[in-house]
Amino acid sequence: MHKNFRKIDLIFIILSAFVLIPNGFAFENRDENEKENSVKTEHEKEKFDPGNFIFDHVSDSYEWHILSVKDFHVTIPLPVIVYSKVSGLHSFWSSKLHHGHSEYKGFCISQTESDEGKIVEIMEDGTEVKPLDFSISKNVFAVFISMGFLFWIFISIARKYENKKAPSGFQNVMEPLILFIRDSVAKPVIGEGKYEKYMPFLLTVFFFILINNLLGLVPVPPGGANVTGNLAVTGVLALFTLLVTTITGNKYYWQDIYNAPGVPLWMKIPIPLMPIIEILGLFIKPFVLMIRLFANIAAGHIIVMGFFSLIFIFGDIIPYLGYAVSPITLVFTVFMSIIEILVSFVQAYVFTLLSAIYFGMATAEHH
Amino acid sequence: MELITPGLGLVFWMVLSFSMLLYILKKFAWKPILKALKERENTIDTALKSADKAREKMEQLKADNEKTIKEAKNIRDSLLKEARQVKDKIIVEAKQKANSEATKIIADAKRKIENEKEAALDEIKNQVAGFSVEIAEKILKKKLEKTKDQKDLINKLIDEIKIN
Repeated sequence: MHKNFRKIDLIFIILSAFVLIPNGFAFENRDENEKENSVKTEHEKEKFDPGNFIFDHVSDSYEWHILSVKDFHVTIPLPVIVYSKVSGLHSFWSSKLHHGHSEYKGFCISQTESDEGKIVEIMEDGTEVKPLDFSISKNVFAVFISMGFLFWIFISIARKYENKKAPSGFQNVMEPLILFIRDSVAKPVIGEGKYEKYMPFLLTVFFFILINNLLGLVPVPPGGANVTGNLAVTGVLALFTLLVTTITGNKYYWQDIYNAPGVPLWMKIPIPLMPIIEILGLFIKPFVLMIRLFANIAAGHIIVMGFFSLIFIFGDIIPYLGYAVSPITLVFTVFMSIIEILVSFVQAYVFTLLSAIYFGMATAEHH
Repeated sequence: MELITPGLGLVFWMVLSFSMLLYILKKFAWKPILKALKERENTIDTALKSADKAREKMEQLKADNEKTIKEAKNIRDSLLKEARQVKDKIIVEAKQKANSEATKIIADAKRKIENEKEAALDEIKNQVAGFSVEIAEKILKKKLEKTKDQKDLINKLIDEIKIN
């Protein structure tokens, strides 16, 4: 009984850590907003903008913000690498930009509607020009961190397998997942004998998405970045699926696209209706993969942050109302975080399963 | 808008890092892991199969053993039977032999006794004859002192011979 209580306590502490740390986040963000707003108008300085607050969190940025107390910001500076057609290649720490408040070597973070948050170069005539931006942004850095985790986890596990001892430790956590991908995804969907060559890709995609989904739920570095809720990341993953499908597709796959058998002739001649649909389908499939993962993860983050915003929206009306709402928000956020853990697994699984289905279709022998 | 416009830099780094991730994990993680898993499954498979085989073999051995024991028992029984027969035969033969031997010995003994008896009788006869002759001599010496008696006796003897 006693032991159970302690377990529950522990879970509660962990979950409240999940919730309370972004609370810290939120408070300073309000301060920042207050400050910004105070610059704009004196009357609206108490106003909290949930839209900005949420999008600041969900979007990519040039520095990794940890917390702010009043005007003191704790951030991890990240390298900015830009190539300008005018002044060439530049690289400097994002701390030089002072959180977007000053310019460095003619570069600053744009405040205009179209390029907000992006680095721009200010020309002599005062116009802003977007350089080619290869900065190690927060998301890129988060990708590197997750890569580090993946290398560390799986190479150490692989070494354990080479020792040929009974499985132990973390190996036992990962092995069911690996076997699940092999026996429940790749084998039945792609088919015996053909699935082996897709296994590395499927496993990599699965664990990459999973670890980034889960890290995204942790509010402090190395977590907290919205990697899989970013179109560029999901787009690249989908692109890899498209590439693998296209490269490994056999002649039946291409025949189905250009000259699908069993389809009435008038659908191919004179207007090649079927080929057009099939070719569109070729790109729609990975496109859907990209959108699904992005939308699910970004939406999860937005909802969690939305719940937090409630505290400050109510707090703006009457400060004590904010305190009153916070326990309810806490419960909602804990609930959402648990749902998001489930979503993390489901989305990683769905992406892997659909990729496997596309590979299976590309290598199917006959109909 | 920023949320749905993928950044070029991020795409570039993502392509680079994901290709690297794919390559390195494939080479150093997935290949050894999948290979080890397959090997382990094969090992378990063959171990189970060989266990089955061993069990079959055990059963066969058991059956063989039982068969051997049964055969041994049969052989023992038949050997015992044979031995009994031989024993009986030997006893019977021994008895017969003993009987015949005994009769032979008895017959021998009888014959010897007979012979001894005859020899004894012969000796007695001879001695009696000797005694008779001596007695006769003595009687004759006394009687034949007279001539007449001599003549009579001679005649009588002659008569006797004649009769014989």
